[in-house]
Amino acid sequence: MRSQNAAKRLDVAAPTPSPPSQAQPAKLSVAGLTVTFPVDGTHRTVLEAIDFECHEGELVCLLGPSGCGKSTLLNVIGGFLKPTQGQVLIDGAPVTGPDPRRIFVFQERGVFPWLTVEGNIGFGIQHLPAEERRQRVAHYVEMVGLRGFERAYPAELSGGMKQRLEVARALAVGPDMLYLDESFGALDYITRHNLRRELLHLWATERKTILFVTHDIDESVQLANRVVVMAARPGRIQRVVDIDLPYPRDISSARYLRYRDELLEELGLAHQR
Amino acid sequence: MTLAPARQPAVRLALAARSMAGLGVMVLAWDLALYMSGAPLLPRPWHVVLGMAELLTRGVLLKHVAASLFRVTWGFLLAVAVAVPLGFLLGRNQRVGKALAPLIHLLRPISPLAWIPIAILWLGVGDPPAIFIIFLASTPPLALAAMNAARNVPQVYVHAGRNFGLGPRELFLRVLLPASVPELLVGLRLTLGIAWLVVVAAEMIAVNSGLGFLIVDSRNAGNRYDLVVAGMVLIGVTGLLLDRAVVRLARGYLRGRDMVGDAS
Ligand SMILES: Nc1ncnc2c1ncn2[C@@H]1O[C@H](COP(=O)(O)OP(=O)(O)OP(=O)(O)O)[C@@H](O)[C@H]1O
Ligand SMILES: [Mg+2]
Repeated sequence: MRSQNAAKRLDVAAPTPSPPSQAQPAKLSVAGLTVTFPVDGTHRTVLEAIDFECHEGELVCLLGPSGCGKSTLLNVIGGFLKPTQGQVLIDGAPVTGPDPRRIFVFQERGVFPWLTVEGNIGFGIQHLPAEERRQRVAHYVEMVGLRGFERAYPAELSGGMKQRLEVARALAVGPDMLYLDESFGALDYITRHNLRRELLHLWATERKTILFVTHDIDESVQLANRVVVMAARPGRIQRVVDIDLPYPRDISSARYLRYRDELLEELGLAHQR
Repeated sequence: MTLAPARQPAVRLALAARSMAGLGVMVLAWDLALYMSGAPLLPRPWHVVLGMAELLTRGVLLKHVAASLFRVTWGFLLAVAVAVPLGFLLGRNQRVGKALAPLIHLLRPISPLAWIPIAILWLGVGDPPAIFIIFLASTPPLALAAMNAARNVPQVYVHAGRNFGLGPRELFLRVLLPASVPELLVGLRLTLGIAWLVVVAAEMIAVNSGLGFLIVDSRNAGNRYDLVVAGMVLIGVTGLLLDRAVVRLARGYLRGRDMVGDAS
């Protein structure tokens, strides 16, 4: 399993910010996924018959209204929650639990307050020799712009810095997938904007497969090469929209706005004419 | 009652002066009450100070304090060693929690003094039964505090830890334990208070040293109520110092980490 991954990683050419062809086998495939929770003696169906695939190197956004089950879906994919029915395959193997090759980035709340910036970034690589660990930590401190804060505790960082710290902690273990659950949702407009740009840069340079949950239409059109639009009660996939725009995206271009309108319409938020 | 940042020296001085003034008024009232009522046997503050000096010159004051501290330390450490892991098991493993929590709730209201006959039966006389009683009194509240602390560890930390591939042991050492330190410190502080409360009672039986022994012995050997009260004052002061020491440790740990703590 690991060697297969390594081989895959080797034959990836120079970073390009464009999504790969859909011809190769799916990195992630979700099949017939249903999740029900027991509520007041009955069963509430939170996700019903979810099917979708995601290819290596894609950046897929899960977009939908609050409560439609986006977090639940991501938790199942992350291995934190067992589905009631159906299964999740990654590289052809069923997901049985969380795995360091696929790191979940929570909102900034996920960083450990009892560890410094260095301690957090080095958390997942304790098994490496000290020198190598030090170098990796230094590398990711630099990458997410936290130089000078190595010894600081998260309490001394701003919300955006904490979020970058969490991303750095995830990247330090060298995962091939990242799951982000409204990770930028709690931040101000400017920070959010910068972090999106950094995420795209990172996606282009590190070739990760990224699943990004959001309820922000603009965020999904700016980031994703595909948007999976979900509907609520029960949570299901309503439509999948390919966003065929070059990066970096011009957020005032006519094509960008057309995609935006299309998604607004999907979510039932378009102006009635 | 959250952890306050260390205060400015001037403010601290003012606060210290205020609590000294409070103490002074108390002592004055005590003296005045005895002076006016003329109650026999009860010692006035001055007698207590003399009694304390007498204990010091006889060289037994430190001996009694040390003996009590020795028993409290062992009883408390044994309780920590048992109750903290047990509490985490109860808090994180639903099945164990459901099976054992009622037992702990059942044991808690039994006064440690009720265990004295059994302690003597099992362990004879001397330090072991006293330590055993302190251990018994400290374990249930500490286990319950650890259980709650473990339950209150935010799920995101546990998920993150598991995501980075930690097994149960590592998860305990690297996530659950550090994440619950602030709450655990509160439990440790309260439990140390209980341990100290109990040592005195435990020493009233079957030992010949310690502050509890000092009190009983002073009464039995010639109604020396000045020494009885001196013993009480020593208990209060030592307990206060123990508590301050824990708070100081807690502050040192929590500083900078901005973790919700309760140690004032
Ligand atoms: N453990 C649970 N027990 C019962 N119901 C649950 C549970 N977890 C989630 N739900 C329900 O499932 C639905 C979907 O929740 P989920 O958190 O996945 O939504 P979401 O799309 O992430 O919403 P948001 O955008 O607000 O984060 C909600 O209606 C929620 O009440
Ligand atoms: Mg959510």
